[in-house]
Amino acid sequence: MAQNEMVDVLIIGAGASGAAVAWSLADTKMRILCLEQGDWVKPADYPTNGRDWEARRYTDFDISPNRRARDLDYPINDDNSVMKIANFNGVGGGTILWTAHFPRMHPSDFRVKSLDGVAEDWPISYWDLEPYFDLNDRMVGVSGLAGDPGVPPRNPPMPPIPLGRTGTRYGQAMNRLGWHWWPSDVALATRDYGGRAKCINLGHCTPGCAHGAKASADITYWPLALRAGVELRTRCRVREITTNEQGMASGVVYYDPEGKEVFQPAEVVILASNGIGTPRLLLNSASSRFPNGLANSSGLVGRNLMLHPWPQVRGYVEDELDGDRGPMTCMWSKQFYETDPDRDFVRGYTMQFMRVTGVVNEAIQSSSVGQLPWGRDHHRIYRSLVNHRLQIGLACEDLPEEHNRVTIDPVLKDSSGIPAPKIDYTISENCARMMEHGIARATEILEAAGAKNIYTSRTLLNYPGHLLGTCRMGDDPERSVVNAWGRCHDVKNLFIVDGSIWVTSGGVNPTSTIQALALYIADQIKQRLATLFD
Amino acid sequence: MQGLREFELSSDELADFKRMARVMIPADETFGVPSADDPLIFADISSSLGMDLKDVRVALSGLRALAGCPLSDLEDARAAEVIFQLLAQEGRPVQALGRVVLAAYYRDDRVMRSIGREPRAPYPTGHTLPDGDWSLLEVVKARAPIWRDDRQV
Repeated sequence: MAQNEMVDVLIIGAGASGAAVAWSLADTKMRILCLEQGDWVKPADYPTNGRDWEARRYTDFDISPNRRARDLDYPINDDNSVMKIANFNGVGGGTILWTAHFPRMHPSDFRVKSLDGVAEDWPISYWDLEPYFDLNDRMVGVSGLAGDPGVPPRNPPMPPIPLGRTGTRYGQAMNRLGWHWWPSDVALATRDYGGRAKCINLGHCTPGCAHGAKASADITYWPLALRAGVELRTRCRVREITTNEQGMASGVVYYDPEGKEVFQPAEVVILASNGIGTPRLLLNSASSRFPNGLANSSGLVGRNLMLHPWPQVRGYVEDELDGDRGPMTCMWSKQFYETDPDRDFVRGYTMQFMRVTGVVNEAIQSSSVGQLPWGRDHHRIYRSLVNHRLQIGLACEDLPEEHNRVTIDPVLKDSSGIPAPKIDYTISENCARMMEHGIARATEILEAAGAKNIYTSRTLLNYPGHLLGTCRMGDDPERSVVNAWGRCHDVKNLFIVDGSIWVTSGGVNPTSTIQALALYIADQIKQRLATLFD
Repeated sequence: MQGLREFELSSDELADFKRMARVMIPADETFGVPSADDPLIFADISSSLGMDLKDVRVALSGLRALAGCPLSDLEDARAAEVIFQLLAQEGRPVQALGRVVLAAYYRDDRVMRSIGREPRAPYPTGHTLPDGDWSLLEVVKARAPIWRDDRQV
């Protein structure tokens, strides 16, 4: 096996968290290497360059790796899960295929046991992360509006995206009901920012931004990290983390772009491979020293998977709205976010108000649920749907349950022969009640907005791609995988910075908090360099 | 020919598919739009099956099973009946077939114009998004905070 020179820090994964930690650690002047199994995505390759842009959301830019099936992806057996797994393997990771909705976790999310008697508290608080949220907002370039009574004070560096016709319609309905709403924080440039051009409303942001207004990590943190001396090797797929006789991580074995097996030694290994990829790699790194998988003395590696059930409720109004002529994300409501003892569930959800979808996707989605008929009436009914849709997504807090988990599939393997992950996941009773509450409230909102033909999808389109909780943090090594600053309890030079270390999920899109947490851990590492392995 | 069959539909399959496409989305003079079996549109459909080819083939095979013969042997009314019977089925093959038809149909220049859209890719022109009515937010700004401050519990 070929062997490379030793590096000080080896990061596995170049997505949201890997990019942030690489950039932050670069100022130590250590030799830092990142291995990414995917590749760079060129702006010219994004779907919105072509007339077939919507169709490509179902092919090479599908959010499901199983459907996308690029040679850079790995398959995931999610047959035993009501929710399917979304991800992207490439520089930027999941931020390539992402709506750029950028809410933060709330302070109460870190104290669910103390406040609501469920799950576990995090070993850190919102206030520990607050400076890193602020730093990350500046690095990423967040647009939004200060003064929201629904969330702690923050100051987005750019003004919010326009409300448009659709947002105005939602705002009128919410005011009629007396419920909270606010323009969403989004990781989209509303003015030229840090070398990125202002958003020109290409449409649905999810399948990548050809214009570069969306803050995917490949165009935010990575250029700065590379300039500061970090090395990034793409198309390098890590098979396992190796250990030495002291039980420390000694490096990784990976397949290079030619498929050659290479050993990469490292003083410190940092996992940034998301809530599925990270436990997969730890479980695939089982050895005689660590027979149940690396860093798994607690038995919790892969357990407590949280995926954020995300029902969608939609309806159609008579007036023409924005359709896909603006960013999909529009505004949020925190009206039902915090626990209310009068409800039959604990915790809560964010309502995410959508500007929705393009002309092809309107046809595909509405025909698939019988709202758009085939035959003679097709054209007339289609014209009452396209650009007339309101849609509310419900980001429901998913509490940790050990039976929801990632294991290694006994049969399925990726194209390098590395065993693939298997997902077992069910929606909890608490979450199911929360979903029904949210669906009823969303229906009220749509009715207040004058919408008809209301349709609810509980799990049909449930691919939020929020992969959380499978290597959770905590102070007790028997109840957690990493400590309060991301270091594995069992392996003192192995760190995890991605969504797998989340203790609970909150009811928000996770990228803002994932990156703030990665920056926090990077700072903890920098402050403890002299005693890092004690 | 076996090798070719893996990558494209046979002429029999294409004939059934084309007739099916016409029933799924017929032409409409009111809106000035062609049917989905229009030569340009159907050429786009049949050349963009890609990873859906297998599912489309399964759906067409189901159609043939329902019809009991090639669709060309059926009169229009019976053919439409069989086609709607298939389209009422749930499952991946029928969904995939519908998706490829719609994806090609709703990017045709004539169809896009008829729904008031310029026939172009989103990039590089983009779209204009009106600012909206921000005065609506004043009432929300006046609200007291509703987030729980864990430092005060």
